[in-house]
Amino acid sequence: MGGLKLPNEHFVVPPHWEWYILGYFFFAGISGGSYVLGSMLRLWGDARDAAASRIAFLISFPTLLICPILLTLDLGQPLRFWHFLINDSSGGLAFKPWSPMSLGAWALLLFGIFSFVMFLSALSEGGIVHRRALATAASFVAGVVGGIFMVIGALFGLFIAAYTGVLLAVSNQPVWSDTWALGGLFLASALSGSAACVLLATRTRRDAIATDRKLIEADRYFILLELALIVLFLATLGGVLSKVLTGGWIILWVIVLAGTLIPLALHWRATRMRATVTAVGTAAADISLLAPVLVLLGVLALRAVVIFSAQA
Amino acid sequence: MAQTVGFFTDTTLCIGCKACEVACKEWNQLPNNPLEFRDSYDNTGQLDHANWRHVRFVESAATNPDKPIAWSMMSDVCKHCANASCLEVCPTDAIIRTEFDTVYIQQDVCNGCRDCISACPYGVIGFNSTSGTAQKCTFCYDRLQNNLKPACATACPTQSIKFGPLDELRQTAATRLATLQAQGVSQARIYGDKEYGGLHAFFLITEKPEAYALPSTQSAVLPSRNNLPGYVTATITAILAGLAGLIAFRRRGESSSPSPAAGTGGSSPSPLVGEGRGGGS
Repeated sequence: MGGLKLPNEHFVVPPHWEWYILGYFFFAGISGGSYVLGSMLRLWGDARDAAASRIAFLISFPTLLICPILLTLDLGQPLRFWHFLINDSSGGLAFKPWSPMSLGAWALLLFGIFSFVMFLSALSEGGIVHRRALATAASFVAGVVGGIFMVIGALFGLFIAAYTGVLLAVSNQPVWSDTWALGGLFLASALSGSAACVLLATRTRRDAIATDRKLIEADRYFILLELALIVLFLATLGGVLSKVLTGGWIILWVIVLAGTLIPLALHWRATRMRATVTAVGTAAADISLLAPVLVLLGVLALRAVVIFSAQA
Repeated sequence: MAQTVGFFTDTTLCIGCKACEVACKEWNQLPNNPLEFRDSYDNTGQLDHANWRHVRFVESAATNPDKPIAWSMMSDVCKHCANASCLEVCPTDAIIRTEFDTVYIQQDVCNGCRDCISACPYGVIGFNSTSGTAQKCTFCYDRLQNNLKPACATACPTQSIKFGPLDELRQTAATRLATLQAQGVSQARIYGDKEYGGLHAFFLITEKPEAYALPSTQSAVLPSRNNLPGYVTATITAILAGLAGLIAFRRRGESSSPSPAAGTGGSSPSPLVGEGRGGGS
């Protein structure tokens, strides 16, 4: 007994974080990841990526709105959700930087501001809604300060997509606390899922087709990163590896693999076909529905297997 | 300033009568456990929101053939760690350290996020679905404030549970340990003098800590140990993802648009501004 590896000796009880938390982790990843993708497209893309960038910001804010609802519903005392921000005893701020849950609550609030402004800007730029306030947001974002604003928001987006993994690790639960790879893994998976979301949303838009090829290429890299981190995650589990690789969890792992390997193969195929058949810059709108849907299922399954297997 | 107090539980004196459990439930008005038959005299099961004392019946194979099973009993309780995992992660500051140096969950502040449950290495804290909050032993905070001993220590008929100033209890434990070892109980040891900065509820045990569901000294680690490696891994991933984005999204000189790209120099106008729908391909 005494020969057990240090972190694998657990006598904790599970916190029963279940469906609401799974939903929160999923949408937080999509929201943060979409914002980051939108920002990267603006920073490094060209004018033809504008529509896809707008779509990414239009995805980010609505998915973010779901997050606090799910988080609050998961609380035993939902009406005390504000205790995450205000110390009810002292009246001061409840801010503990060493507690990922505390950091996450604040980051969610602040990221909301960035995501909201970029959402307004995207609405205006897309000509979806014509309002003076929206135009103001758009012109603000177009300036230097707006650019800095967007980049700071992207840092918050990265944090929102990643911190949920760190939150799980900063515990004494089996699996979660036995690895340091979850933050990175959730981030890579969130970016891949966000690319899939944007790809799905741009399928029917002619003005965003030009970006599809780039999104597919990006998603390929994100999936490769995710696969590497899955290997790291499993490799760091040591004695509790069997907890995530037994019974019904295998089904979820099959979905995770289907959500990474099949899209990866489809992306390679799509890229090669375009390189040889289609003229550059006129990529056809034949993005398979299958790849993004599988990616999103994989993102959900990955979080499900991590959350539920540790508490079983 | 109130004195730092503690529990010293000597498992060699425990007879498994469960008077501590009853006294605790009675004083703190905790609900009864549902009737459940288990494969042991232990019908409490575990510490949780409704069981703040739990007498463990640790069964092990004995060397004496006439008595094939040996029992070690231990009245388990919240350890009120000096470096408490639950207090460390609690995002709402609902978990505080009292003037007696004990760890206390403020029921009117806790919002039931259950982060403390995921952090407690001893599985002490339980979630009360009726109150919607996390609950555990309060060290009879109300009794301490009125100069009374905690209910469990008051009820214990064998003085297996000792209550008092922590320093005095540590001396008592050291003396008791020396006595037992002199009597040939060489496996006796103190659990809780080093773990988590020193437990305020510590134990004299005669089996390995794991037998009592206590993590070994090496395994008694704080959740915050994973903060730095977790964020570092996420940061490295973010950098690699940023590079991936740069490679995938970079302008390749293919654009037919005369609009300059934004962002790289910080002063260029955004390509998005002023662009109408369908302006791409």
